[in-house]
Amino acid sequence: MSNLQFEAPETVEDAVRLLADADGEAKALAGGTDLLVQLRTDFVRPGLIVDLKRIPALMDVTANGEEIRVGAAVSGATLGKNEAVKAAWPGVVEALELIGSTQIQGRASLGGNLCNGSPAADSVPALIAAGAVCEIAGPAGSRSMPVEDVITGPGQLALGPGEIVVSFVMPKPPPRSGDAYLRFIPRTEMDIAVVGAGVALTLDEAGVCTHARLGLGAVAPTPLLVADGAEALIGTTVDDDALANLAAAASAACNPIDDKRGTIEYRVKVAGVLARRAALIALERARSNG
Amino acid sequence: MATAKQEIGNGNGSLKYVGTRPWRPDGVDKVTGRAKFGADISLPGMLVGRMLRSPHAHARIVSIDTSAARALPGVKAIVTRDELPDIPNQWVPAGEVAVNYRDMSQNVMAREKALYDGHAVAAVAATSTAIAKQAIDLIEVDYEVLPHVIDVREAMEPDAPVLHDDMFTEGVEPTPETPSNVFKKVEFAHGDLDAGFAQADVIVERTFTTKPVHQGYIEPHAVVASAGEDGQCEVWCCTQGQFTVRAYCANLLGIEIGKINVTPSEIGGGFGGKTVVYLEPIALRLSQLAGRPVKMVMSREEVFRASGPTSGGAMTIKMGATKEGKITAAKAWIAYQAGAFPGSPIGPGCMCVFAPYDIENAEVEGYDVVVNRPKVAAYRAPGAPISEFASEGVVDELAKKLGIDPAEFRLMNAAKEGTRALYGPKFGPVGCIETLEAARQSEHYSTPLGPNQGRGIATGFWFNIGGESCATINVNEDGTATVIEGNPDIGGSRASIQLQAAEALGIPPERVRPLVADTDSIGYTFLTGGSRVTFATGMAAIDAAGKVVEQLRERAAKIWDIPVEAVEWEDGYAKPSGSNAGDFEPMSMAEIAAQAGKTGGPIAATATINAQGAGPGFGTHVCDVEVDRETGRVTVLRYTAVQDAGKAVHPSYVEGQMQGGAAQGIGWALNEEYIYDKDGRLENPGFLDYRMPVASDLPMIDAVIVEVPNPNHPYGVRGVGETPIVPPMAAVAAAIENATGVRMTDLPMSPPRLLEAMDNGGANGGA
Ligand SMILES: Cc1cc2nc3c(=O)[nH]c(=O)nc-3n(C[C@H](O)[C@H](O)[C@H](O)COP(=O)(O)OP(=O)(O)OC[C@H]3O[C@@H](n4cnc5c(N)ncnc54)[C@H](O)[C@@H]3O)c2cc1C
Repeated sequence: MSNLQFEAPETVEDAVRLLADADGEAKALAGGTDLLVQLRTDFVRPGLIVDLKRIPALMDVTANGEEIRVGAAVSGATLGKNEAVKAAWPGVVEALELIGSTQIQGRASLGGNLCNGSPAADSVPALIAAGAVCEIAGPAGSRSMPVEDVITGPGQLALGPGEIVVSFVMPKPPPRSGDAYLRFIPRTEMDIAVVGAGVALTLDEAGVCTHARLGLGAVAPTPLLVADGAEALIGTTVDDDALANLAAAASAACNPIDDKRGTIEYRVKVAGVLARRAALIALERARSNG
Repeated sequence: MATAKQEIGNGNGSLKYVGTRPWRPDGVDKVTGRAKFGADISLPGMLVGRMLRSPHAHARIVSIDTSAARALPGVKAIVTRDELPDIPNQWVPAGEVAVNYRDMSQNVMAREKALYDGHAVAAVAATSTAIAKQAIDLIEVDYEVLPHVIDVREAMEPDAPVLHDDMFTEGVEPTPETPSNVFKKVEFAHGDLDAGFAQADVIVERTFTTKPVHQGYIEPHAVVASAGEDGQCEVWCCTQGQFTVRAYCANLLGIEIGKINVTPSEIGGGFGGKTVVYLEPIALRLSQLAGRPVKMVMSREEVFRASGPTSGGAMTIKMGATKEGKITAAKAWIAYQAGAFPGSPIGPGCMCVFAPYDIENAEVEGYDVVVNRPKVAAYRAPGAPISEFASEGVVDELAKKLGIDPAEFRLMNAAKEGTRALYGPKFGPVGCIETLEAARQSEHYSTPLGPNQGRGIATGFWFNIGGESCATINVNEDGTATVIEGNPDIGGSRASIQLQAAEALGIPPERVRPLVADTDSIGYTFLTGGSRVTFATGMAAIDAAGKVVEQLRERAAKIWDIPVEAVEWEDGYAKPSGSNAGDFEPMSMAEIAAQAGKTGGPIAATATINAQGAGPGFGTHVCDVEVDRETGRVTVLRYTAVQDAGKAVHPSYVEGQMQGGAAQGIGWALNEEYIYDKDGRLENPGFLDYRMPVASDLPMIDAVIVEVPNPNHPYGVRGVGETPIVPPMAAVAAAIENATGVRMTDLPMSPPRLLEAMDNGGANGGA
C-alpha cells in the first residue's frame, strides 16, 4: 500500500515546488469536491496532495477599475456573497452557484471546476463567455491563458507538471453589458450538465450589440468558445432573427457524443435552445445596466 | 367523504388512540443519529469482508486462483464457490413465498457462470480494508466470456444467448425440448374474449415498455456475522426480515435454524429490496473459516450492480368499450425480466393488470424471462406498477376516444364489493370507487391549467397480504407495557403497533414501548413486506393485549375478591361491572402491576396469528405537469394521491407512505433507468446518473386518506405501503399526453425521449 502524503503550503512558490518535485503523482486540492470523490473510488491514486486553500492569492477576490480577479480556490459560497462580482458578472457567479448543493457550495471552486477537466463543468462556459483569463504559476514562472484554452480533452489540461491556476481575471464590463449561464439537467439539481451555455454581450446606446461571446459546455470533448455565435449577435439588436442565428451557430458548433447523459441529436438541439435563452437573459441584464 | 364509518374499537365504539398522530417511537433516535443501522455494528476482533465481482455480463468461470491472495499477510479467509454447499435445483416454500436455494446460492456466489456485471465471484476477510482490497486484486479469475442478453424481448428470441441450459419453459404444453430464457408462462382468463370485443364500439391496443428500477434505499446492505466455536452463529444486518435471513443462511450453508440468531438493525429503507440475502451467508461463511466476526458493507456501486431492482417489462394491452363507456373485453400479453435467475413478479403483474375494473371478459398471459442483469427483488407492490402503467394508459386512451372524462370512465367500470377479480376471488368491501370519487371531487381535479400544462389521473390496485406474526406484551412493574414483535420497522410500523396495542390495553401510547426483537426473542414472524405489518402484526399485538387485559381483570378480581366476570376493563382501569359486583374504586394498570408479585407473578402474554383477509388497497392519483416543448423537460406542478387506508392508524405515516410511493413512482416515470453498455456493463451505478428525483424536483404531494374499513381487522385496517407506487407512472403519462398530445408508452419519459416523440408528432413505443 502506498502512503498518501498531505501538504498545506502558504505560498504559491511552495505549492508549485511541492507539486513539481513530487516523486509519484501529485494532486492539487482546492475544495476537494471532485478530488475526494475520485480518491474514494480509486479513480486517482496520488502519492501527494497539496492543499491550496492556505495560499492568500488563491483565496482572494479583488476588483479595481479595470478588472476583477477571483482566486482559483474561492468557494461558491464566498463568491456568491460578493456584490461587486455579482453585479459585474452575474452569469459567472450563478454558474458557480449551480454546482452541487449547499454543502458542496461551501467548498467547490472555479479553479477546481476548470482543472478537473470535465467538458461539462458548469462554470467554464460562463467564464469563457466572460472572457476570463487564467493566471498560471509553475516551475518556469507565471503565464496567462484564456479559459477556453485550458481544457484540451476530457480530463486533459494545457497545464504542465507543477503548474497551478492562481486566479481568474475578468474585465470590468462596460455599461450596457450582461451575461448569463443556463444548463440543462433532467433534474433540478445534483446533476451534471447535459448541455451548458454561457452568453455575454454589450449593447451600444442604440441597443445594437457591439460585443458578444458564447461559451458551450458538454457538447464536445472540451468546453467551446463559439465565434459564430458572437457574429450572429454583433451588429444586431438581438432580435428574433439574430437569436435564431445564434441558436443555429450553437447547434452547428456541437460535436457531442451519445452517452448515458444524452444523445447527440438531443444535445445539438438543446444547445441552440439554451444559447438563445441565455442570450435573452443577458440582453435583459444589459438593457437594465444602462 | 361519503364513506361508511363502521362501529369498531375497544368496546365503546370509538377509537381513542388509533387515528391520532403521536411522535414515532423511533423518531428522536433517527434524527439525532443515535439509531444503529447495519454498518454501525462493530465487534471485537472483527474482520473486513470484501467481494470480488464479475466485470462480465455473461461468462464461464474457468478457474479462480486465490493462492496469491491467501498468502497476503492479514488475509484470514477466502470464500469462492468451492466453500459453499452445492444445492439441488428445487423450489421449496419459505414463509409466504417459494424459493429455489440453488439459484439463491448461485446468486450470492457465482458457480459455473457469472451471469451479470457485478455478480459475486469471491469474497475475502482481512484485518483491514486496505488488505482486503489488495487481496481482491490478487485473486485471478479466468473467464470465458459468453454472448449476453439484457433486453427482455431479445431474451425471448429463439437465437438469444441462453443463460441456463436446464431451463425448459414451464406452463406450456408440451414442455419444450430446447432450453430457453423463458422460465414459465402463466395465464388467467374469464368470460368470452371474442364476444367481449365484438360488443365493443372502440378498441385500443398498444405496446408498452418499462425499465427495471431500483428501490433506491439510502442505506446500502450491511452485515456483521459471527460464527462461534460451538457452532452458534450471530448475524446483525439491515433487513426486512430477520427470520428470512435466518432461514436463508441456514439453508445456503447447511446450518440448523436454531443455531443462528439474527438481529435486525435499524433499516435505512428497503421497499422490498431487503427481503433477500446477498452478503449475509457469505459473511457468515467467512466468519466460520476465519474464526472471527466479519463485517461486510456494500458500496453504492455494488448496490446498483448486484442487488435486485424490480423487473423491466414489455406489455401489449388491448381493451374494448361500448360508446356508453362500458369496458367489454381486455387482453394482456406481459413479459417481465427476472434478472439472472427466474422469479420476476409476473404472477402479481398479471393478476393486477385489470384489477381496478369489473370486466366480464378478460385474458392475460405472462412470461418470466431471465436476462444478464442482477436478479430482481421485490419493490413496493412487486409487478403491479409495471402492468398497471400499461393498462391504465389504454384506459385513459379509451376514455379520450369515447369523449368521457377519465375519472368518470373509470367510475363507470370500477371494481366494487362483489366484483370477481380475474385471478379468482370476489372482492369484499373495497375503496376503488371511493378513491375515484374523492379525486374527482377534489379542488385539484377542477383547477384550470395554463399553457403547456396537462393533467392526468390513474388508479392502482394492490392485494396486500396478511400472514404469520407473533407479538408479546410484557407489563412492567409501573404499569407501562412493552410490545415485542418481529418486523423491522421500514415504514413507521412501530408507531402503528404501539397505537394498536395502546388502544387494546386502554392506556396512552407513550406508556407502550414497541421493540423489534431478534429471532431468538420472538416467535416466527414473516418479513416486513406486502403491506402486512400494521394489519397482521397489529392483530397479533391486539390479541396479546386482549390476553393481558384478561390477566389484569383476573388480578383485580383477586385483589377485590370478586369473580372475574364481575370485573370490566375500561380505559386502562379495572372496574366493578355494576353496583352488585361490589363498591370498589377503579384500579389502574399501574396499581395492578405493582401488586403482580402478590397476585400470581408477572403479567405477560404472547399471541400468534396467521392473518387472513388483508383488505386490498386502491389508490387514485391526480398529476399536473408542465412540459418544456423545446427541451422535453417535464415539471410536476401539482400532485394529489388518494388512497383507501381502511383505517389510518397513524395518519401521518399513512400520508408519508402515499407521498413516498408517489415520489418513487414519479422517478420511475420520468428519469430512472439502468444504462448498460454494449458489453452488458452497467454505466450508471450511482445516484448521479441513476436519476431518482431530488427534493426540489417534486411539489408537495397532497395525500387524501379515504377509509373503507376492512371487516377482517378489529379497527378496519388495510395495508397502505405499496398501493401508492402503482398509479404514478400512468398518471404522469396521461398528464403529458394532456399537455402535448403525445402518448408516451415507453418509460422513462426522459427529456430526450419526450422531445423526440414531440418532434415526431406522435406516440413513441411500438404502438
Ligand atoms: C454532490 C456533487 C455535486 C456536484 N455538482 C456539480 C455541478 O452541478 N456542476 C459541476 O460543474 N460540477 C459539479 N460537481 C463537481 C465539483 O463540485 C466541481 O467541479 C467543483 O467546482 C470542483 O471544485 P473543487 O474546488 O472542489 O475542486 P477539487 O476537487 O479540489 O479539484 C478538482 C481537480 O482540479 C485540480 N485543481 C484544483 N484546483 C486547482 C488549481 N488551482 N490549479 C490546478 N489544479 C487544480 C485538482 O487537482 C483536481 O484534479 C459536483 C460534485 C459533487 C460531489
